[in-house]
Amino acid sequence: MRVNFTVNGRQQEADDVWEGESLLYVLRERMGLPGSKNACEQGECGSCTVRLDGVPVCSCLVAAGQVEGRDVVTVEGLAEFSKQREQHGHGGACGAGGGCGGKGGVTLDAAKQWQAKPAGDSQTGEGVELSTIQQAFIDAGAVQCGFCTPGLLVQADALLEENSSPSDQDIREALSGNLCRCTGYEKILDAVRLAAARQGEAV
Amino acid sequence: MAQNTRTVPAGTPTNVTQKHTKGGIGESTLRPDGTLKVTGEFAYSSDMWHEDMLWGQTLRSTVAHAEIVSIDISEALALPGVYSVLTYDDLPAEMKNYGLEIQDTPVLANGRVRHHGEPVALVAADHPETARRAAAKIKIDYRELPLVTDEASALAPGAPLIHEGRDDHHIGHVPHPNIVHRQPIIRGNVEEARKRADVIVEGEYTFGMQDQAFLGPESGLAVPSEDGGVELYVATQWLHSDLKQIAPVLGLPEEKVRMTLSGVGGAFGGREDISMQIHACLLALATNKPVKIVYNRFESFFGHVHRHPAKLYYEHGATKDGKLTHMKCKIVLDGGAYASASPAVVGNASSLSVGPYVLEDVDIEAIALYTNNPPCGAMRGFGAVQACFAYEAQMDKLAAKLGMDPVEFRQLNAMEMGTVMPTGQVVDSPAPVAELLRRVKSRPLPPERQWESAGEGADVRALPGGLSNTTHGEGVVRGVGYAVGIKNVGFSEGFDDYSTARVRLEVINGEPVAMVHTAMAEVGQGGITVHAQIARTELGVTQVTIHPADTQVGSAGSTSASRQTYMTGGAVKNTCEAVREALLEIGRRKNGSYHPAWATAELLLEGGKIVTDGGEVLADIAEILGDEAIDLELEYRHHPTVPFDLVTGQGNGHVQYTFAAHRAVVEVDTELGLVKVVELATAQDVGKALNMLSVVGQIQGGTTQGLGVAIMEEIIVDPKTAKVRNPSFTDYLIPTILDTPTIPVDVLELADPKAPYGLRGMGEAPTLSSTPAVLAAIRQATGLEINKTPIRPEALTGTL
Amino acid sequence: MDFLRPASWEEALAAKAEFPTAVPIAGGTDVMVEINFDHRRPEYLLDLNRIGLLREWEVGEDVVRLGASVPYTQIMENLRTELPGLALASHTVASPQIRNRGGVGGNLGCASPAGDSHPALLAAGAEVEVESVRGSRLIPIDEFYTGVKRNALAADELIKTVHIKKADGPQQYSKVGSRNAMVIAVCAFGLALHPQTRTVRTGIGSAAPTPIRAKAAEEFLNAALEEGGFWESGKVITPSIAKQFGDLASGAANPIDDVRGTAKYRRHAVGIMARRQLVWTWEQYRGTTGRSLEGAA
Repeated sequence: MRVNFTVNGRQQEADDVWEGESLLYVLRERMGLPGSKNACEQGECGSCTVRLDGVPVCSCLVAAGQVEGRDVVTVEGLAEFSKQREQHGHGGACGAGGGCGGKGGVTLDAAKQWQAKPAGDSQTGEGVELSTIQQAFIDAGAVQCGFCTPGLLVQADALLEENSSPSDQDIREALSGNLCRCTGYEKILDAVRLAAARQGEAV
Repeated sequence: MAQNTRTVPAGTPTNVTQKHTKGGIGESTLRPDGTLKVTGEFAYSSDMWHEDMLWGQTLRSTVAHAEIVSIDISEALALPGVYSVLTYDDLPAEMKNYGLEIQDTPVLANGRVRHHGEPVALVAADHPETARRAAAKIKIDYRELPLVTDEASALAPGAPLIHEGRDDHHIGHVPHPNIVHRQPIIRGNVEEARKRADVIVEGEYTFGMQDQAFLGPESGLAVPSEDGGVELYVATQWLHSDLKQIAPVLGLPEEKVRMTLSGVGGAFGGREDISMQIHACLLALATNKPVKIVYNRFESFFGHVHRHPAKLYYEHGATKDGKLTHMKCKIVLDGGAYASASPAVVGNASSLSVGPYVLEDVDIEAIALYTNNPPCGAMRGFGAVQACFAYEAQMDKLAAKLGMDPVEFRQLNAMEMGTVMPTGQVVDSPAPVAELLRRVKSRPLPPERQWESAGEGADVRALPGGLSNTTHGEGVVRGVGYAVGIKNVGFSEGFDDYSTARVRLEVINGEPVAMVHTAMAEVGQGGITVHAQIARTELGVTQVTIHPADTQVGSAGSTSASRQTYMTGGAVKNTCEAVREALLEIGRRKNGSYHPAWATAELLLEGGKIVTDGGEVLADIAEILGDEAIDLELEYRHHPTVPFDLVTGQGNGHVQYTFAAHRAVVEVDTELGLVKVVELATAQDVGKALNMLSVVGQIQGGTTQGLGVAIMEEIIVDPKTAKVRNPSFTDYLIPTILDTPTIPVDVLELADPKAPYGLRGMGEAPTLSSTPAVLAAIRQATGLEINKTPIRPEALTGTL
Repeated sequence: MDFLRPASWEEALAAKAEFPTAVPIAGGTDVMVEINFDHRRPEYLLDLNRIGLLREWEVGEDVVRLGASVPYTQIMENLRTELPGLALASHTVASPQIRNRGGVGGNLGCASPAGDSHPALLAAGAEVEVESVRGSRLIPIDEFYTGVKRNALAADELIKTVHIKKADGPQQYSKVGSRNAMVIAVCAFGLALHPQTRTVRTGIGSAAPTPIRAKAAEEFLNAALEEGGFWESGKVITPSIAKQFGDLASGAANPIDDVRGTAKYRRHAVGIMARRQLVWTWEQYRGTTGRSLEGAA
């Protein structure tokens, strides 16, 4: 079947979609947006969390056909989404910038060109505009292997959108559907607190 | 490949101490891959994509032990979209097996399966669903065989042999062919020492099968190359070890198998063994198309080895004034169907079975069994984790029997620098066991009844049961428990454990830039962060690029055994030192005549300049280097070790020891048997923290994995069928953020003079003592004897 | 596999009539797991996401008509006063992401004994409004569950709304799992006091082939409260009543041993939960605490 929907502000179309495919599969394998991760495919880990019409959901449990005509924001569009929200009071379209994807996943050429950038550059983002929550995850040391990170970012960003100064228990509750195996969660808590504080300062 | 490879003796002492350079060691610099990871652009192995690629699928055995009577692939092959179906008969080379140490694992089952989920056939198709449907159409006729599931059934007269005709180097010293390896350690005289004991405690302990549960399931992409070889992009812990196992079964020379590390979604030991690597290559070579394999979570539980479950039998004695007299133990590890890392796990379990205590009279035996259970191998802290759980339970029992404080009792018997291990090895660097315990104990306890602090009503999120609303305080009892553990660092027992680093120094856009190239698997631990820090410190440059890890450079060894910062960090340091010497040599040649200090002073590299130790600037690095590039690749080795004697267990088998202590504060709903860990404080000596942010992150992560196996994590294998009953994240539970307490971390830095920068490998130690500390706290809260981990609500409520 | 995307309820009923084997999918939190793990390959998937009325609810005089696809998050946030038991149950469902997608219709359609909402529905009292092209009918919740993962739906019927009695007294809900969040029930219990009728109702989850009520426990408690004049006096419930209520609830369970827990533990835990909930709800009824315990849950 054919599926049309908006991803990170851009209209996308996928053809020859098998009816059993999930939104996650379509994003990763058909739209060049592998940022959302497939860690459990049973809604237990939250690594595939995206915003579907603004609501955080596990994209592994949304059938591709259910997304027809709807609006999806993935980690690749999170920085732009957050910027638009700051400017217009709501999340918005992804502009011409990166992260809106092309065909397929990561090509080998792109993968081969991967270079760890010098430390320090992550702090400035080296031209990459990051949302507050993304920067806070880097700064607080909340990223290790990083596989849980995209889902956590989308979920934590949604938490801070609803609740600008969450208590620790609020953070724990909001992130209780996002498993992380590396960090023991302490630095993830630090990151959300840091992002909340920075957002508070900015207002 | 490096242009100028030259050999410098390992660990060549440097007569220069590089001073501070911005972003150098000791700073909490941020991850170089951080931006890519938060934007979703970091390319994990499952994210790889290639035009025209096919999807590989593995068909696995549905029974644990059976003869394969027949395999019919015809219907699968006939399915449109299917490109290839492979079985044992299609394997291209003489070599059909692989394995870390013992090549006992078939690439595809050869007429017999030995465990549930063993790979039997492979499919490549144009869509994952097509591949799944094809795999489902392969007909396999199994004739089931009797099962070996534990020590009794493995060693019973007439027990089926899991591997007939063994010819590995352990077969000569094991008492039965269903024992992979046996390591006794005898020191002193237990029978005599027992006479001095005023109290004796015995215990039988059971450690469940833990899964690494890394979040990124096994995956990778194999691309056939024009020369008949293959390129493999994969998430692994040790590229060169994979390569050594892959090339022979493909029938290819190693240089035709070009491996590149893809983004790794965690490892914890679970990627030390081969999973889909060979299968993807076989399918790519058979179809001449790129083939991607991605396990789902269900398959991942069958795709990698787990932590050895163990039975541990301990006897300890002590005098009435609290001095340990002797220890006798037997540790039985279930290695499952294939050897994997079992021999090394046996070595660790036996040699570390006394824990961080002074014990001169010991009688120790550790064995690993071959059974039809799932294969077990490496997981964070292996061997030492199981032992720590048991000996710490014994310490509490002894303290209780003596009426002593459990921490004071441990401190009284704590090892220190100079202590002789049961293997005869002298602990030759700081061992602050008593101090670590003091630190966790002296921390103020978290306030009681925190669920009430929210003001109105009970905040169930702070209670056992959490959001499930099972208690508002009823039945909740607090307990506090302590534990301390010892782990070895690096590969032990005479293994030639080396790491290679290539460093290139050149001028780019007028700036000196160092490029660090190693084959180290960055699995999330932050090795690449510290490599850049080391290069900055040693070369005085700001700009460091990290080359992707591949097999174009020499082996970096495994990202395991807490060894990478020591070993590949050491290799980077070592090569940087050689690069620095080469640079200074060029400087002396070019500019030596302009300033006498070139010949006379101690020269340092700082802020992109060559300076004297007095601070005088002699030249810019860029100016000296000009168009030249210094490009060196060197190997680095830690000091050698020897194998343990197979009868007495004596020998300087370990490289370095590492220690951590925990204090757990738990609240237990004693009626429902539900546990909330309120705080898990820890103290650890890391020798030297090259990056404190990473160090603390490792400690907290390791602590949480220890918590998991204390109260919830276990792969449940049906003893009647040897089949895994819970291969999913619905039924194999790992801690969520609501199960994980605050983890205050106290880091000591007592240098080990033998190690680079004095550092101590530190990734595993927190996983050891976390588990027994939590269990000790639960024992204190409930008054129950707990001899099994994980502890289930049933065991706490008498409803097993 | 075919993917059917009806734009309206009428189209959905027509599709279900034409393709009775079609598997309805709304939140996808059960169906997609089965597809992802290759446990199920339905001939047709019938997407209900485009049918707005399934995501609506209406608070009437006596009942709340809850659309089958109203996500648990909405129930927690909007129906806490009217449906406190179900709101508490909703809060125990999996994770925030799952609660944003899943609804009661899915629990009922799947009819797994481990579904989190069942005990709350049984305790509150509810009727399931199902419809087909042949017409609609209301199935009392007590008659809805017919076997392990079986319900009273005909092949051409879809669940439209659930009519749940508005709370006329305190309600509680607990579930036991082996971690503190994101867990499938080992067993669950729900209790509702109905002061208007001076009755109590219960629900047990995951401790029998289907969700059940602890009828003997209810009868005992109804009698004990009546005989002791508790409803009028609002006096403290005696420990012996609470204990016997718990024991009878425990006795109502008919659980199995499985990988998540033993039968013995399930029976035990149901008894504890029942006893505790009786104390919580009764304290709320007496109004002595004046504090809302569900507020934090």
